[in-house]
Amino acid sequence: MNTGKEKPQSAQSSQVQHANDGPPRTHTAINRPPRNLKRYVSVFRIRLTYSLQYRTAALAGVATQFFWGFVLIMVYTAFYSASSSDPSISLPQLVTYVWLQQSFLAFVMLWFRDDELFRLITTGNIAYELCRPGDLYGFWYAKLLAQRMASALLRCFPIMIVASLLPQPYRMMLPASLVSAGLFIIALLLGLLVLVAISMFIYISVFYTMSPYGSLLMFTVIGEFLAGLIIPVPLMPDWLQDIVYLFPFGWTADFPFRVYAGHFGHTEALFGIMSQLIWLVALVTLGRQAMKKALRRVVVQGG
Amino acid sequence: MKLFLGYLSILFRSQMQYKTSFWLLTAGQFFIPFTTFAGIWFLFDRFGTLQGWEFYEVAICFAVIHMAFAISECFARGFDSFSSLVVSGDFDRLLVRPRSTVLQVLGSRFEFTRIGRLVQSLIVLIWAVVNVSLDWTPLKLITLILMVISGTVIFAGILILAATMCFWTVQGLEVVNILTNGGRELAQYPLQIYERWVVRLFTFVIPFGCINYLPLLYILGRTDGHDLLYALTPLAGLLFFIPCLFVWQFGVRHYRSTGS
Repeated sequence: MNTGKEKPQSAQSSQVQHANDGPPRTHTAINRPPRNLKRYVSVFRIRLTYSLQYRTAALAGVATQFFWGFVLIMVYTAFYSASSSDPSISLPQLVTYVWLQQSFLAFVMLWFRDDELFRLITTGNIAYELCRPGDLYGFWYAKLLAQRMASALLRCFPIMIVASLLPQPYRMMLPASLVSAGLFIIALLLGLLVLVAISMFIYISVFYTMSPYGSLLMFTVIGEFLAGLIIPVPLMPDWLQDIVYLFPFGWTADFPFRVYAGHFGHTEALFGIMSQLIWLVALVTLGRQAMKKALRRVVVQGG
Repeated sequence: MKLFLGYLSILFRSQMQYKTSFWLLTAGQFFIPFTTFAGIWFLFDRFGTLQGWEFYEVAICFAVIHMAFAISECFARGFDSFSSLVVSGDFDRLLVRPRSTVLQVLGSRFEFTRIGRLVQSLIVLIWAVVNVSLDWTPLKLITLILMVISGTVIFAGILILAATMCFWTVQGLEVVNILTNGGRELAQYPLQIYERWVVRLFTFVIPFGCINYLPLLYILGRTDGHDLLYALTPLAGLLFFIPCLFVWQFGVRHYRSTGS
């Protein structure tokens, strides 16, 4: 469900980046690992403060998300009320699941994109990017991560607070226990890291296709379905649920929310977190390889 | 009308210049509602019925609203991207031409790739109509066609209203998405399942209910009397369009160019 076209991040931020050009350059001589990391952290921080500027847009987003949350809950309530069969997830758990999805939409949505990076590749301005010291993959990764973080930080608190005060059946539950709350936070953050690693592939694919729309469309349609955005994964037929967990998408969004709702026990959650870690390492390694390959054959358009 | 067809053919030829991209996007548009539909199918697979509604009945609901949405996105795209006309000041040029502004904005853009979406919902509609168990009469078919037409008009009306706001805000407002995309998602299920206030809002203010829920009751033979009244409810969609046009005229009169 492509709710809307909220893309507060699409505005130019080139000034911010250029301002950032100075310090990292001096670091090139000393290429020690801690320094390297610091560079990405500063990219992350700048991008975060930059994206936090769009508070009004976020507010409008919150309103939209509430609308969606209500509609979805009403639909599921209607399905549950008439159902004779026993669904695998209880209605309050499902309601919580829906509100978490809405709160952390930025951690879930694949179409949440940075048009600026696409433009860099298609216009050939990628050349400047290549002149930067440090590794492009890490640089972009930090940037995309910060955007999603900022967007979620602005939205999740109002939604979660209001949703947990709503009357039944719309109320969002508190986490089952302190342990599951902790596991949820770990799973959510790991899920975010996996998601950004997946979305990096969209940007890398643009090196080959030169037009972001095709790959974006395919990634979104398939990825969002498998992440449980069209219908929650626990409501899918069993055979489909098995397929879902062969792909990384379910680990980004569906898994953390089910940990919160108590649909997964602690041991299951721990195993899940392990698989998230494995996916993360695999995707980042693959992504780095693909990026290196793409950059080797990159053609900088003149002009 | 001739002018409109002229616009149509020019834009079609220009979009066909990028054939591969065109077909890819069309295919993509085919798959977007496809996953949504698959979702509905899986839900019915698990739950059986939705408050007395069968799968094929909901499928008709889904198909009608998605067809209407696809057609309006295809033809009224000009209003959807209207803010760019205002921001760039290009709207001034439309004003000096001796034709109606509505026609010109309408003609400024068509999104032919939405045909993919249209084809998908058409397939669903035919599939559902064939499989749903009831006798079709000519009047029922006319009602069905009216539903699609009137739905298109409502979506177009909303897009025009949204575009009118650009006269004051310059930038488009994302909140409007609640009405277009949100309305679409909401009306793909029969309105009956929602809370009272939602039903009222989407029947009397924005008459989505009039284009699929109410006439569908007639088609399925669930009305108690007043058949003709239910059959003609889609016309309410046309009524919705008229004030939209007035608001647009009002907006045009208050237009101030951005100057650039």
